[in-house]
Amino acid sequence: MSLRQLKKTLLRFGFWCLIGVLLLYAVFPFYYAIVTSLKPSSALFEVSYWIHNPDFSNYATVLHQASFLRAIANSLIVSLCVVTLALFLSVTAAYALGRVKFRGRGTVLMMVLGVSMFPQVAVLSGLFEVIRALGLYNTSWALILSYTIFTLPFTVWVLTTFMGQLPHELEEAAIMDGASPWVTLTRVLLPLLWPALVTTGLLAFIAAWNEFLFALTFTLTDAQRTVPVAIALISGGSPHELPWGLLMAASVLVTVPLVILVLIFQRRIVSGLTAGALKG
Amino acid sequence: MPASLTLAAHDEHLLTRETPIQRRRVRAAWLFLAPMLLCLALVAAWPLLRTFWFSLTDANLADSGGGSFVGLSNYLFHDESNWSGILVDPQWWNAVRNTLHFTVVSVGLEIVLGLLVALLLNIKFTGRSLVRALILIPWAIPTIVSAKIWSWMLNDQFGIINHMMLSVGLIDAPLAWTADADLSMWAVIIVDVWKTVPFVTLLMLAALQMLPSDCYEAARVDGIHPLKVFWRVTLPLLMPALLVAAIFRILDSLRVFDVIYVLTSNSSSTMSMSVYARQHLVEFQDVGYGSAASTLLFLVVAVIAMLYLYLGRRQMEVRS
Repeated sequence: MSLRQLKKTLLRFGFWCLIGVLLLYAVFPFYYAIVTSLKPSSALFEVSYWIHNPDFSNYATVLHQASFLRAIANSLIVSLCVVTLALFLSVTAAYALGRVKFRGRGTVLMMVLGVSMFPQVAVLSGLFEVIRALGLYNTSWALILSYTIFTLPFTVWVLTTFMGQLPHELEEAAIMDGASPWVTLTRVLLPLLWPALVTTGLLAFIAAWNEFLFALTFTLTDAQRTVPVAIALISGGSPHELPWGLLMAASVLVTVPLVILVLIFQRRIVSGLTAGALKG
Repeated sequence: MPASLTLAAHDEHLLTRETPIQRRRVRAAWLFLAPMLLCLALVAAWPLLRTFWFSLTDANLADSGGGSFVGLSNYLFHDESNWSGILVDPQWWNAVRNTLHFTVVSVGLEIVLGLLVALLLNIKFTGRSLVRALILIPWAIPTIVSAKIWSWMLNDQFGIINHMMLSVGLIDAPLAWTADADLSMWAVIIVDVWKTVPFVTLLMLAALQMLPSDCYEAARVDGIHPLKVFWRVTLPLLMPALLVAAIFRILDSLRVFDVIYVLTSNSSSTMSMSVYARQHLVEFQDVGYGSAASTLLFLVVAVIAMLYLYLGRRQMEVRS
């Protein structure tokens, strides 16, 4: 083997080592959560890297807890409602911002961007008052309403980017045919926007599914909790006796659907995230 | 179709000048914006104004009367020889210090690691899209869940991190990652970096793929060392994207709540401004004082956000 070939082989070896380290770093914690969740509580306190005899008792226990199932249902309802609401409100807004030139457009865009940068805690007390005044405290509606503060700016921003990229000719033809803006939007542009809607909807869903601060503050009883709060509040006899097996089983259960979604829609998610951040 | 041809020629005219069609479109645009603006007014603008107002009152969570006006005394109050209020509360300044410490270290690490990973994944190899999908996993995991997974891995007695470090000989005795005041901030940073590097990587990767390839070919032909190409060509061209990613991450880190709340609860060695504000608002039920803390946090974030918008606008002007 010549020196040149040797150098090439070494470089290639080093490269794959780096990729290996990267994958280990990214995936190991989740893998370890799965390993832990498949252990009976007696084997929990000896460290092991492999699954020897999978034991599903943790999953059985978690899935028999009514409050945990309830939390999953609540999270699903809240997230799906927020996504629907945010997409519905932002499609029309994105048409106005992405296709029509008018005075004040820049200001509205800046306002939307500004809201997306809000620290959530800054509206906590004011929002608490609004929610109490509307009689929504400790209901899913409180969360659906409050989650629009971070989903709506995002969906508006990304959909405006996508909307602006659609060809002009289509809309002009519609205008020539005398179509109203509403018809132009729903009949001409919307059918082309489906991929963008799926992407933004998915990202908004993940954001709503993962939210913690509002869920912790605006709900009180187990019947209204969402998944992140339910998991954060799983506790044992004392801080040092957390039921780690159960905790990991619950964590894996609520994360696996997200991981599958991300793996399937990877390309779309990347385009949505970068459209939201870079093209602004 | 002749009609559409002339239309294309006068495209600018039809869609921007004061024609009846354009006027109708502008009216429709505002109508289309109205529901979104109303919603944001209800959940963002109005609550924010109320928070500002509450910070000037002695409102309490227990009574819904809204409290009475007390001026700036939540911020600073002089009573005979005593100063009180947030601005002289050592806990608040501790929270400010923690938040800044967290922001500087974690954003710095995320940008460097994100850039390195993006450079690695910018090389074409078989299975690249699979690797790219797999590194998205930390980003998809809810913050609460990743905080719990890591607090199990960092557990002082049974955690795998201590086990690994002990068996390699890095440490002699297990470390109390989340309880030790000197280590707990590092634990928080480790979890946050793990979760957000994928996001930075994606942004960097997208920016890398937009770079002009002719520069690189010219450099290769001239036989310039790759490291020099990186410093002289890649990094300057990546700067705008790097800045955007950094600002996004800085704004996110300044309002950090979930990771810290789950990993170390209300421990004062990691308490951030958001945790401090929520503790006063909800646990101590002191809406006035908590709102004052929230207002201060908002002001900090607003200044940085404005800086970003200003820079962004200037960049756009330069580009056009």
